[in-house]
Amino acid sequence: MLSLVDSGSGTVVGSVRGENVLLDVYRTGSGPTLLLLHGAEGREADEAFTDALAERFTVVAPSHPGFGLSPRPDWCDSVDDLAYLYLEWLEQQDLHDVVVVGLQFGGWVAAEMAVRECSRIGRLVLVDPVGIKVGGREDRDITDVFAISRAELDSRNYADPAAGPGDLALAPHEDVLHIARNEEALALYGWEPYLHNPRLRRWLGRVHVPALVIWGAQDGIVSPEYGRAYADSIPGARFELVEGAGHRAQIEQPDTLAELVVEHAA
Amino acid sequence: MQYWHFSETAYPYLPPEETINSVRVTLPNGVIDPARAADLWDRYLAEWQVADECGLNVMINEHHATATCMDPAAPVIAGILGRITKDARILILGNPVANRKDPVRVAEEMALVDLLSHGRLEVGFVRGVPYEVSAVNSKPVMMSERMWEAIELIQKAWTTHDGPFSWEGRFFQQRHVNIWPRPLQQPAPPVWVTAMTPGSAARIADDNYVIASFLTGYEGTRKVFEAYRDRVAETGRPTPADDRFAYAALTYTGDTDEEGLEGARKLMWYVKANKVPFEFVQPPGYTPYFARAAGLRGERSAYDFKSLTLEDLIEEGIVFAGSPSTVRGQIEKFYEKVGGFGHLLLMGQAGFLEHDETVRGIRTFAEHVRPRLDDLFTAHPVAV
Repeated sequence: MLSLVDSGSGTVVGSVRGENVLLDVYRTGSGPTLLLLHGAEGREADEAFTDALAERFTVVAPSHPGFGLSPRPDWCDSVDDLAYLYLEWLEQQDLHDVVVVGLQFGGWVAAEMAVRECSRIGRLVLVDPVGIKVGGREDRDITDVFAISRAELDSRNYADPAAGPGDLALAPHEDVLHIARNEEALALYGWEPYLHNPRLRRWLGRVHVPALVIWGAQDGIVSPEYGRAYADSIPGARFELVEGAGHRAQIEQPDTLAELVVEHAA
Repeated sequence: MQYWHFSETAYPYLPPEETINSVRVTLPNGVIDPARAADLWDRYLAEWQVADECGLNVMINEHHATATCMDPAAPVIAGILGRITKDARILILGNPVANRKDPVRVAEEMALVDLLSHGRLEVGFVRGVPYEVSAVNSKPVMMSERMWEAIELIQKAWTTHDGPFSWEGRFFQQRHVNIWPRPLQQPAPPVWVTAMTPGSAARIADDNYVIASFLTGYEGTRKVFEAYRDRVAETGRPTPADDRFAYAALTYTGDTDEEGLEGARKLMWYVKANKVPFEFVQPPGYTPYFARAAGLRGERSAYDFKSLTLEDLIEEGIVFAGSPSTVRGQIEKFYEKVGGFGHLLLMGQAGFLEHDETVRGIRTFAEHVRPRLDDLFTAHPVAV
């Protein structure tokens, strides 16, 4: 089992009905504040991208409740909860002009935050985000990650499947525990409707900050066409396709993505 | 002891195993020859009638998107059994209530079947097997919590007779619950809940429901039943009677050991044909994440019987098979090892065990095993 953070090692990000919400929060770098919201890969898997961002930003990277080493309060069971939790946290810290970067599932969380309240967000960057419905009712916009083999999952998440965790029988135990816990959390938040909120797209017009949507050209989970539709739904959003990257573009092209973020934040 | 004949009503005529990825969720239903499926249903129903004529009870279950079970709507079959059997108690084990979107509908279905069968229904509730969460779009996280909220809502629907009540729970919301008709059995039909691990037993014990365990063998079953008994003792109630405990085993009785083993070998289809890929066997959230991590690393699940031989399964108490005296001995031994139980769920048909063979197995058990066991164990009244 994993040792989750406690009141000694965790960070209080908010208080709900008198109870503190404690998360594992990683802080690194210096400069303007950048809130990095991970996807199903978990915060730990984004190390190279985080390090590249840390050269220009103060990166604040929480593990969402139920992911990584963050406990999950029983009531916290929806993306709405995550969005309100992080908005509340920005407010409590009295942060302004925060660069919010959301990766895949974390991109969905970031979009849900931005449609609610942009006053503390300076720039928004979404990397291969899920969260909206684009196609018709019989179009599977988002590959069912819970219904495919590990090998197929790797080949869809990465342009080069070797960038993924590979054969889990050979992977470090700790990593496999993280994968199992992260996938459970993903199922909790995104099982039905599957990894999207049917109402989100119609409200993306409320995103009033400069937004950048980055897409891995070889994303096998959600297609670049879905990404273009996402960008088209956000007023003035820019779309960037990155070669040599799958769904988890930040893992395969960390430096390219960090440069795009720096450029967008300038 | 009460005995229940059970068939999972498979459609066994499948393409060669190496040509398919899974018998569940993804196997196209184009594999089914509808006329053959209709014939199979005729014979499965006839087998339950034979069990009834022999003085046994009957048990059915429900699964979805799988060749291993052609019954995706247990209440339909239960309603039929209510009319084509005479004396048998009819057990649905069970209603997969963590996967059913509308528990009030389940309460209505059970009330209707109870009337149709003139009060012979026993209502089992199960969380639902892991393979099915994809097929029925049911979130595999917090299933147990969902199952219990559904059971509480169903119980209240059965037992409220003074007009509508409202229910605004975590998982289910209903404005006006006031089911018509209501069950014949008062205050409500008997309830069973399955448990495969000791951790599930306490909640079942608290409600005094029958606890049922499937193919868990001597050791697994002993632990589950012990957890139930411990909980009853902890809460200061009298020791539960044997009729609170049920166990399902693959069972075939022949005139000779050889004939019994031959029948059991055919029943093994149930465990051998269950080809299912990991992503459907262990969806995230169905088991604790660290247990699933072990599966991701390639460790064998406790319920993966594919690698076991018939002899292994008999040795572990998962299969009862042989001549009448052998089967009697196996059941007596099981009774001793698990601290007593009162319901034996006889999985007496599977795969290619043909109709005449199935009927012979049922009759031999009823005529030559049951009477001797009745001498040993009190034949308690079944209604609870």
